[in-house]
Amino acid sequence: MSAKTPFLERVEKALADDHLRGAVRYTAENLYLKRKAVMADLDVLAEKGEALGNFEELRARAQEIKRHTLAHLDAYLKQAAEQIRKNGGVVHWAKDAREANQIVLEICKKRGAKKLIKSKSMVTEEIHLNQALEAEGMEIVESDLGEYIIQLARETPAHIVIPAIHKTRRQIADLFGAVAGRELATDTKTLAGFARATLRQKFMTADVGVTGANFVVAETGTLCLVTNEGNGRLTSSVPPCQISVVGMEKLVPRLEDLAVMLNLLPRSATGQKITTYFNMITGPRRPGEPDGPEELHVIFLDNGRSNILATQYQEVLSCIRCGACLNSCPVYRQLGGHAYGSIYPGPIGTVLTPLLQGFDQWDELLQACSLCGACAENCPLGIQLHKHIIRLRGEAVAQGREHPLMRTALKAVHFAWTRPGVYKFVARSAHLGVKPFTRRREDGSEYLDNLPSIAAGWTNSRTMPAPARKPFHQRWAELQREEGAK
Amino acid sequence: MKVSLFITCLADHFAPQVGEAVYRLLRRHGVEVDFPEGQTCCGQPSWNTGHLDDARDFARLYMKAFAKSEYIIQPSGSCAGHVRYFYPEMFPEGSRERQEAIAIGRRTYEFTEFMVRVLGVKDVGARFPGKAVFHNNCHMQRELKVQEEPLEMLRCVRDLELLELPRPDLCCGFGGAFSIKQPEISTAMADDKVDAIAATGANLIVSSDLGCLMHQGGRIEKRGLPIRTLHIAELLWEGVQQNVG
Ligand code: SF4
Repeated sequence: MSAKTPFLERVEKALADDHLRGAVRYTAENLYLKRKAVMADLDVLAEKGEALGNFEELRARAQEIKRHTLAHLDAYLKQAAEQIRKNGGVVHWAKDAREANQIVLEICKKRGAKKLIKSKSMVTEEIHLNQALEAEGMEIVESDLGEYIIQLARETPAHIVIPAIHKTRRQIADLFGAVAGRELATDTKTLAGFARATLRQKFMTADVGVTGANFVVAETGTLCLVTNEGNGRLTSSVPPCQISVVGMEKLVPRLEDLAVMLNLLPRSATGQKITTYFNMITGPRRPGEPDGPEELHVIFLDNGRSNILATQYQEVLSCIRCGACLNSCPVYRQLGGHAYGSIYPGPIGTVLTPLLQGFDQWDELLQACSLCGACAENCPLGIQLHKHIIRLRGEAVAQGREHPLMRTALKAVHFAWTRPGVYKFVARSAHLGVKPFTRRREDGSEYLDNLPSIAAGWTNSRTMPAPARKPFHQRWAELQREEGAK
Repeated sequence: MKVSLFITCLADHFAPQVGEAVYRLLRRHGVEVDFPEGQTCCGQPSWNTGHLDDARDFARLYMKAFAKSEYIIQPSGSCAGHVRYFYPEMFPEGSRERQEAIAIGRRTYEFTEFMVRVLGVKDVGARFPGKAVFHNNCHMQRELKVQEEPLEMLRCVRDLELLELPRPDLCCGFGGAFSIKQPEISTAMADDKVDAIAATGANLIVSSDLGCLMHQGGRIEKRGLPIRTLHIAELLWEGVQQNVG
């Protein structure tokens, strides 16, 4: 096989890192099990009439809300923009990452802002906002604990909800210790306490707060933030200026739609019934209000999203970034997030990244999937991620993006096996063809080892059963004779 | 009652005894079995690797071979899942082939699904000493939604201790071509699964999927672990003979 691609190098590195794998497996499993338990509870509550609906019902409603929104996205974007302006906010449209970063920079320059604080947001990771600002000499500090950890480590998030999922306590204590200039203990109290004290300082002195948004309500122009640490609230209330970068698909039409979404998001993400903090921001500070920014900017980002609209992949835009697909993914469980190389890892990243950024760099991600379907089963929007992976593989193959030996093998199988006569002939002679690789066990049974070419991928780590000398379809004739003789 | 057997390419090539076990168990319960000519492979390898047109050819072949069959029994939840869940997707909505695909999906059964849901047979009268875990294939649990049926059958086997497998939902990493295209990830997943199984104290992995069994068994053999892998039909048939004999 050809030399290792960067993707395979990252996979190798991840698989060799026991710390990483232990940490990822521990947390992903924990989140998976908590989600499962809380959804089972929800079903019981719904049964008693004490919930808005059971999981399947809520999922169907959420799907319907998003399907409707995406079908009329331009109208809802227009409505949301009008409302935000009416509320006193400023609306910007960004075609791509460069434009979005440029808009943020210009707002900062106009205000003479140099220091920014940011609450957790995947979309600003997607556009690499921090790098863009730092390149202009500005300071931007992550205020979500996990994001803060990876910012100190100069990494990207390894999970869309738990950015530092791959870090052990010891590693976190070392990162914080380097900032503190002293050794720190590894208990939660010490680590969270240190981060809180350091970040409070940053909040107080920040010129601009940057947020994303989990939802934007079109009818009211309300930005919604779901967090557990309250950093979203501080970011959007302490600094004098707030900039929210929002993927253009984040809309829901009405306030009441939030009830459905908020029942699903925390449960799917962390197994919580409700989130700790939920912020609804409708415009900047009004006269007489004690806090909130004097200036509020909303940047709606496209960055490839509109190319997904009205295609067979449209439902992918209904993703609420809960991370349930990552937590249930058996491949993510082994690799963590960085091996994917994309900002969005796991099943949603495997589908979304090539859709947003094309195949050139990302077609290989499509291979990191066994098509088990756990993602779709757990997704609160029922996004058929594994089906989309198959469709995308289909597109990649149609463009000739495939290992040539693999292609030859699959084409040969198709040729032979769609002709039943040839199929039978091949099946009957298979054991002869693999003779050089056939080994005998002590009990006389046979197996294959050291297979050549791409099949070595199998036998390097696994033995392979030897093909039967008499395939079943031959044995069938004997069974029939036996039956006839009775 | 009359059924047709779809042996699957894997069982045909690597485990004819599984086909024989299915045949004999069905016969034992008074079912007539035929084996339609012209069957080869359900086409999952093509579909899963993105050779979508090729996969359609396989679907057409299957639909032709089993056009007259009332029940089609497969010793594989994965292939049965592929037929029932993905065949309809391959043809345009409203087309005749789509209708055919939906209909043939409804007539296609995984072996234990057929035994329990259609025949109402859980106890085949088997005895099989051992400590087993059941590994459920991904298509079988998620697409066919067959979870309890094989367990119910195994619970009826005398002298068989059925152990609980933690995270039974977790894929073992076979995934067809995935196991060759991404051998490192696939093997890491196999180890994860096999370690969990070894920790239960089981000496037997039972499944209704030869792919998963080849993958786990092949890994187990390389690692030299004392665990045997066995298709559920094979276990049941061996068990019936042991009980009678
Ligand atoms: S694809 Fe579904 S499960 Fe995955 S992050 Fe998005 S909403 Fe959550």
